[in-house]
Formats: sequence, structure tokens, C-alpha cells
Amino acid sequence: MLSKQNKEVLFNPLSKDNPVLVQILGICSTLAVTVSLEPAIVMGLSVIAVLALSNVIISLIRTTIPATIRIIVQLVVVAALVIMVQQFLVAYSYDVSKQLSVFIGLIITNCILMGRLEAFALSNRPWPAFLDGIGNGLGYMAILVIVAFFRELLGSGTLLGMQVIPTWCYEHGYENNGLMILPPMALITVACIIWVHRARNTELQENN
Amino acid sequence: MKFLRKYMDKIKPHFEPGGKLEKLQSVYDGMETFLFTPNTTAGPRGVHVHDGNDLKRTMITVIVALLPALFMGMYNIGYQHYLAIGQLAETGGWTIFLYGLLAMLPVIVVSYVVGLGIEFIGAQIHHKEIQEGFLVTGLLIPMIVPINTPLWMTAVATAFAVVFAKEVFGGTGMNIFNVALITRAVLFFGYPSKMSGDAAFVKVDDTFGIGGGSLTDTFSGATPLGQVATNVGDSLTLHDIAGNTIGTWDAFMGFIAGSPGETSTLAILVGAVILLVTGVASWRVMCSVFVGGLAMASLVHAFPSTTYAASLLSPCDQLCLGGFAFAAVFMATDPVTGARTHIGQYIYGFLIGVFTILIRTFNGGYPEGAMLAILLMNAFAPLIDHCVVSFNIKRRLARAKQ
Repeated sequence: MLSKQNKEVLFNPLSKDNPVLVQILGICSTLAVTVSLEPAIVMGLSVIAVLALSNVIISLIRTTIPATIRIIVQLVVVAALVIMVQQFLVAYSYDVSKQLSVFIGLIITNCILMGRLEAFALSNRPWPAFLDGIGNGLGYMAILVIVAFFRELLGSGTLLGMQVIPTWCYEHGYENNGLMILPPMALITVACIIWVHRARNTELQENN
Repeated sequence: MKFLRKYMDKIKPHFEPGGKLEKLQSVYDGMETFLFTPNTTAGPRGVHVHDGNDLKRTMITVIVALLPALFMGMYNIGYQHYLAIGQLAETGGWTIFLYGLLAMLPVIVVSYVVGLGIEFIGAQIHHKEIQEGFLVTGLLIPMIVPINTPLWMTAVATAFAVVFAKEVFGGTGMNIFNVALITRAVLFFGYPSKMSGDAAFVKVDDTFGIGGGSLTDTFSGATPLGQVATNVGDSLTLHDIAGNTIGTWDAFMGFIAGSPGETSTLAILVGAVILLVTGVASWRVMCSVFVGGLAMASLVHAFPSTTYAASLLSPCDQLCLGGFAFAAVFMATDPVTGARTHIGQYIYGFLIGVFTILIRTFNGGYPEGAMLAILLMNAFAPLIDHCVVSFNIKRRLARAKQ
């Protein structure tokens, strides 16, 4: 089940081949849904589900898709799955689906999905494709959660909606940083994570 | 001086590789070059042009040029304070100045300690010399940040600006955006409640025990541009914090509410003369900012509208109020972040003036546009230079073909 190769497929996207940090994909949704932790987690789970399932489906029918229309076929599969996720969220977690608004729908255009389908699912068997989807989804979600953690903590003083910075601090002059709520700080937070990541993984540093 | 030289020579071995204080080598180097002319410059032979000017001297000149505005700002902090508590008439000039000095000193100390601290650490990590770039930035920051901003906010914003606007780009001389303005922008967007409104610009509490008192009934701490932004009705009259009407002359002299360095256009112009006579700042940028501001202010003043109250201000008022003059003289002329070609400098400066007035007039959310205008044009400066250079190349190529 988990041969050495499959393990690499599953775990590499978490760090060495992270879709956000190394491939720099899916940046726009990283900016949009990371103001607080809850939508970030839901968004991450949605992407994992869609990515894993679409990877499997495309991998199953990879020999029958004509190469000329493969993008359209991929889009149809992804769109169908995204609509299912969206309806699921509306039914069971209405507030979060309101918060995420268009961004669940925009999973269809998330570069990570198209990238994985094109690069991996079209040329691999379903089981590795499934692991690849889970791995990349987790890698994406990990970054989302880290970014959202700092943005919610410093921008609103809360985590998952609960007040974590004591009122004592506010009484003594502490204030939430309004800049953290604005999209630019998501970019800078991602940049900081990339900075730390590259500093720890020297083989990822570009030589120039 | 001989004693100092001997002492520096004596402790030098400790800081060389292998010495017990080698971690502080860059600090030693910084102190040594601060105290003495370095003897490691290129020799008299070769193509190098030598003169006495270096980065340190340039920076010191800018500091000297900043001093009139700084002292005027300190005096004005005290002046506004005693005006607010209604004790202006019976307070002596030196007490007023002392109050302002003590109010501003902590901000200056915080700005330098945080900024230079990061520079020292960065220099040590990269085994580089400490650059003097922060000398000016460290003084600019207290002058453009409202006096009531909590010190920890200034510290956070300074640290953020030095790391993300300067160090990541490669340190002094490599930054794209003006570091002092990034500090202010971080404060402005991060803690908007502390950076604008009535409570930001006039210090009403006592400082180190000096100047206690309660506010007068007529007190209102809004800056003139703050009043413009919230003005309703057909007419626009500006007031100082005690409720007296103010005109262009008051705005020019600078006894109005505002960030410490920016209020006195007169003191800023003294600084401008110093910068221009010594050739440190580019007169092209400085003049074209004023020309651009004047042009745009005249244009909006030609079509006054009560919806945009700033269009009721005369062009002269526009140039004297707020941070326009300070931005034109000390911010726009930053040689690192500005355009470098001569034609580019005209365009760069002119557009800064235009955008400052444009933002002031038509965007009610930002009573003062100078900061945003300069940051915007900082981003465009390389493009302007690129266009000017490639246009020049094209023109000369066409001439060569004939």
C-alpha cells in the first residue's frame, strides 16, 4: 500500500515540494481566506476532498480522455466535485460557506488542482494519484492554517473565534494590528514562511 | 582624539576573527569609522575621483537640514500643549520647548534603538559593515509620526519597515520604498485609531511631570486637514486647537496641530536651503513636487465643490498645510527611492505633487495624501527611469543612422 515511492508522493508536498511554498501555486485563495482560522481550515479540507477525488477520477479515465480535450474533461470533473462540496457546506455549515463566498467556487480555477491533474493524475494509477491529492491538499492546508493562525491572532486577538489575548493587555495599551486583516499581510506572512522554509532547506535555495 | 585612537587600536584585536568579541566586529567597525576617517579607501592612483564627501557626510548634512524643523516641531508640541490647557500666556518659551523636547525624546530614542539594533544585527549576520542609512530614517520617523502614538507601536512599525522595506532588499541603498514612510504607512493601516482623528496630534497629558493641567472647553485636537476631511456645509474655515481661525500665514509659520516635523513650512524651507546649497538633495525633484502640487491645487481650486472640501482651499494653503512641504523637501528627494535621470526626476516630482493633492481632495479616507503619493511614485520611479533611458537611446540611435 505505502511503498517508498508512494510515501514520497504523499509526504513530499508537505514540505520539500509544497504547492504554496515551493511551487507558488494557489496564492490568491491563500490571500483571501486566511483572515481567520475557521474558513482557512474549511477551505483546506474542501481542497483536500476535491483534489483527492478529482485526481482519482481523472486517473481512472486517463487512458480514455482524448489529449485534445483533456482540460475540458478535467474542468467538468472538478466543477462537479466543487458543486458537491459547496452544497455540502451550505447544508451543514452555512455561516462558513457565507464567509468563504465565491472562494469555494473558485477552487475550480485553483492552480494546484489543474497542476496536479496535468502533472500527476494523467500519468499515474489511481492509488498514487489519490495519495498525491491528499498530500498536496494537506500541504496547501498547512500553509493556510499557519497564515490564518498569525493573521487571526495578531489581527483580531482571537483563535477560532475565541478571545486568546487577555483583556489585561488591551487595558494596558495593546491593540490589534489592523494591517494583518488586509490582504497584503497574507503575502508578507507567506513570504516569511517561505523565508524560514528556505533557510531550513538549503537545497531549495536558488544559486545566483 | 589621540587618546581615543589609541584606545580603539588597543581594543581592536578583541574584535578580529578569533578574538573573544569577534561577534561584535561590525559594531566595532561601525564605531571606528564613525569616529575616524577610514584609512582603507582606494589609493590616490587610478581612476577614482576623491572628494571629502561620503555616505556619512551626506547623512549628517541631511540631519543638519532636519534640525530647524525638528526644533520647531518640539517647540510646537509644547505650544499646542499649553494652548490646549489654556496656560500659553503665562508659560515661558524655554518651558514650552522643554516640554516638547521631553515629549519627543522617547520617540527618537525608540526609533534609533530599534532601527539601529536591527541594522547592527543584520550587519553582523552578513559580515558586512554597518551602513549609516538609518541615521536619517531614525530621525525622520519621530518627525512624521503623531506625537501621541504609543511607543511600542512606533517600535513595531520601525522594526517591520527596517526588515521588510530595507534589509530584505539588501540594506542601505537597495530599498525600493522610503523606509520612514513605510513605518508611517504600517502605523496608519495597522492602528488607524491612533494615527488620525482628534486625539492623535496634540499631547494633552503632562510629560515627566511638566505641564500638567486640564483642557480648556474650546479644545478640539483636529488638524487643519482633518477638519477639511470632515467639513460639512458650503464654507470652509480652519481653526487651531483653541478655536481661533487660522490662515495661510499660521500654516506657514507652523503653530498648528500636526505631526511634529511637518507643521512649520518656514523651518522646512530653511532645511531645503541647506540641502540645496550643499547639493545633497536634487532641486529638480524638490521644485517639481511644488510645481505639481501647485498645478493640481490650482486645478481643483478652479472647480470648487463642497463635496470635496479640500477644493475650497487656496493652492497656497494646500502647499503649507499638512505634510506637503516636509514630504517634498525630505521624502521625495531621497536619492535611493526616487528617479535618477534628470528628466525622470521632473516627472517623478511633478506626479508626487499631483497625486498628493489628488488623494487629499478626492479621497475622504485619507486626509493627507503625501505619504501615499510618494510610496506610489517610489514604485514607479524605476519605470520612469527606464522609459527616459530607452527614449534617449532611441533618439540617439535615430541620429546615428542619418
